Amino acid sequence: MKWDEFFVTGEPMIYAAMVSIVVVSLAIPIALTYFKKWNWLWMNWLTTVDHKKIGVMYILSALLMLFRGGVDALLMRGQTAIPDNGLLDGQHYNEIFTTHGVIMILFMAMPFIIGLMNVVIPLQIGARDVAFPRLNAISFWLFFAGAMLFNISFVIGGSPDAGWSAYFPLASLEFSPTVGNNYYSLALQIAGIGTLLTGINFLVTILKMRAPGMTLMKMPMFTWSVLITNVIIVFAFPVLTVALALMTLDRQFGTQFFAMQSGGMDMLWANLFWVWGHPEVYIVILPAFGIYSEIISAFARKNLYGYKSMVVSMVAISLLSFVVWAHHFYTMGHGVMVNSVFSITTMAIAIPTGVKIFNWLFTLRKGKISFTTPMLYSLAFIPIFTIGGVTGVMLAMASADYQYHNTMFLVAHFHYVLIPGTVFAVIAGFHFWFPKVFGFMLNEKLGKLSFWFITISFNVTFFPLFILGLNGMTRRMYTYSESTGYGPLNMLSMVGAVGLAIGFIILVYNIYWSVRYSPRDIDQDPWDARSLEWSTHSPVPEYNFALIPTVNKLDAHWFAKKEGKPLATGKYEPIHMPNNSGLPVIMGALFFFWGFFMVFSWWIPAIVFGVLILGTLAYRSFEKDHGRYISVEEIERTENALRGAQHEN
Amino acid sequence: MKKKWIALTLFSITAILLAGCDNPLLILDPKGPQARTLSSTILFSIAMMAGILLVVYVLYTVVLLKYRASKLDDDYEPPHEEGNKWLEIIWTAIPVVIVIILSVVTVSTTSTVEQKSVAYADEKPIVIYASSSNWKWHFSYPEEGIETVNYVNFPADRPIEFRLYSFGPITSFWIPQLAGQKYAMSDMVNTIHMSADVPGSFIGKNSNFSGEGFAKMEFEAQSLSDADYKEWVNDVKTTAPKLTEDEFDDLLEAEHVGRKTYSSNHLEFKPAPEGENSGHHHGGSTSTDDQHEDMDMDMDMDMDMDMDHDAH
Repeated sequence: MKWDEFFVTGEPMIYAAMVSIVVVSLAIPIALTYFKKWNWLWMNWLTTVDHKKIGVMYILSALLMLFRGGVDALLMRGQTAIPDNGLLDGQHYNEIFTTHGVIMILFMAMPFIIGLMNVVIPLQIGARDVAFPRLNAISFWLFFAGAMLFNISFVIGGSPDAGWSAYFPLASLEFSPTVGNNYYSLALQIAGIGTLLTGINFLVTILKMRAPGMTLMKMPMFTWSVLITNVIIVFAFPVLTVALALMTLDRQFGTQFFAMQSGGMDMLWANLFWVWGHPEVYIVILPAFGIYSEIISAFARKNLYGYKSMVVSMVAISLLSFVVWAHHFYTMGHGVMVNSVFSITTMAIAIPTGVKIFNWLFTLRKGKISFTTPMLYSLAFIPIFTIGGVTGVMLAMASADYQYHNTMFLVAHFHYVLIPGTVFAVIAGFHFWFPKVFGFMLNEKLGKLSFWFITISFNVTFFPLFILGLNGMTRRMYTYSESTGYGPLNMLSMVGAVGLAIGFIILVYNIYWSVRYSPRDIDQDPWDARSLEWSTHSPVPEYNFALIPTVNKLDAHWFAKKEGKPLATGKYEPIHMPNNSGLPVIMGALFFFWGFFMVFSWWIPAIVFGVLILGTLAYRSFEKDHGRYISVEEIERTENALRGAQHEN
Repeated sequence: MKKKWIALTLFSITAILLAGCDNPLLILDPKGPQARTLSSTILFSIAMMAGILLVVYVLYTVVLLKYRASKLDDDYEPPHEEGNKWLEIIWTAIPVVIVIILSVVTVSTTSTVEQKSVAYADEKPIVIYASSSNWKWHFSYPEEGIETVNYVNFPADRPIEFRLYSFGPITSFWIPQLAGQKYAMSDMVNTIHMSADVPGSFIGKNSNFSGEGFAKMEFEAQSLSDADYKEWVNDVKTTAPKLTEDEFDDLLEAEHVGRKTYSSNHLEFKPAPEGENSGHHHGGSTSTDDQHEDMDMDMDMDMDMDMDHDAH
């Protein structure tokens, strides 16, 4: 391999990216050294096993990836805003829509959701950490290694360019000879193993570590949604693991599972991909439903309407999510019978989803609605997501899908589902739980300003795509001719995309502003909310709860406030906590280098790093670490300090 | 509230666009029975969905106007509501009915468009093989013994049966005004039925991303009067060059080419992946010798294909 194949060359934008990568990767260590922060970073963040800090790291990475994926989106909209535009060439455009899809789903939506899960779930069930804290850190570092590996493909070796679904035979060595799709298979593999570990971890946490008295049907709705989500993760992610392993074998070891020759089956890849890919959609949407349930009931000052049917409908959605995958390729030529079955199962998902919409509306009814930033996002979600939902039903009709498939109508539909569904939810959750983690609130004025920018611009960006789709514009076209008449609506969509970008910049400015100026005098329960996480201090001490609360009903914290009775009584006892460990971050680094050498088929270093990874596993097997105890005196000191801080103000 | 007005405005814009007659949207401007079925299915589902949106939006608006904290007394305390069995049954049952209606429509229209239109029940369809390579389309007429590249002519008011396959990545064959799309793949043959009401020219394209030149992978589909079609076929047979195996290999290699016309077709030396040549029979490599296939595919072949697919 020559150096000019190793580094991507010939594109001014890529040179700019290289320069900025070098500058940033020099600036960070220099700044850390100058401010003497190495030790702080290592002790407090890199080696932490604290679920709150891991959650914060997940969310920060997700925000970073949101901007990477967002720049991709702006470039795509910029390129297609004008007919026959020359901003990007075909190859560059193909790489960008591929990375946009992969990054937004796997390295933005997933970590944002998992980050909120990490921050909130142990607090919401009255636990002191997750079931396997160190495994949790490994999950994060594997995700982070996968995300970084995927991102460097941009400048080293070239990005994948066969779409986020990487259909074979296009993604095979024959038609995609660059290392781009090796990055795809290996980066997703590493991050995917991390997600699978998260799934197991949170399943055990929720099933085994709830506060005394919190039976399953007394769990907050977000906890329910996360429980179901993690069941889906545990069932769906192994499929991705296998599919990606076969892809690696096909591309780098000469097998022919999906190739054109020797009886390889391109359709097998499509099936495996969507057997994972469709449940994946619900992995990012169900926790969003949970977040909305929490926020809507908190700001309507009313309990969640139809709690039981909410739970039942989520379970129904999770089961149906595994029997609808073929609707992603009705046009593959399975007969009328197969298409009919998958049409009906797909449309059936609309029923439990509709139940949820009506339950939210009836939670609002007779409520006392206050329009805070998280509530605004939750309220905007209902009408916009309903458009996404009904267009989903339209797409579910196999016959009609022969006309929508691969068009901008489909693109508009899934953005109408994923943005008001997942993105609005994680932003709402971010604003909602921010004070819990950091002890101060995000600015409401800036929050609302960015809300209006994001919501209006979202519709301006994506609604025109429905019409373009009905007019026959296919997705993934890097350009089109003026005679098609697609120009004006694409230009409108571009205007919306710029508005979205402004909205997200205001959101980030809000974080900066609030860190600098937001008052620190908040109560532990600034929103006057309902679930257990609001019954402990903000910011939350390391051990979460000095005394574990006892729960006797849903919204126990709300009723405890009303009745003026504390949820937890008794004497402090020493608290057993896990020790920090450097092993997870080291494993992340080893996986990153292993993946990198694998991508380029440089076997010797890949084997060396593979052996080192096994070495870390062996080390862990013989390591004796029984955790540590926080003494009663230290708990008293912390509690008095936190309480004092609040009383002083 | 603003966003809802925006949504409503956008919806009315769509409604106007849908209703506009001088420049209707491609998919809602069908020129053949299959596309017409799909277009009316789509319009029916839009109407139904608009009804659902209306219910949700009215409820939403009422609730948000009536129960905002600023409109309520300070001492108003929202009631504790567990739910209501009957209401919950209603908003489960009505969607179930809607899904049943849509299911019936889906199953019946899917089976309608997957076969020859009933209007042509007695006519034998004209079979055309459409295959893709890199970023171009090859059209082979087994009965006429001719082949074209990047354009296809056929008689209007006759049933046409396209048989699709690919010499590379999965592509999707789509003539929006005549019928829905279907994948062309390297290891099996798919069939699309369509017919054009009247003579005319239609946009055809690959809608499935297939690599670098994908955006320019379009062709013209032209329906001709019977007489014009016969004349064109005769013209091609007498004036166009023969398609040799070497020339075809060069064609496959090329990324983009213009229109081409030949008085013989590639099916003679490179049969389509169906029947014994289907990718999954591992039989493709045995038929390299110049084997002349019976091009008049009978039903057995199709049955064989279906079973082959089901087995996977």
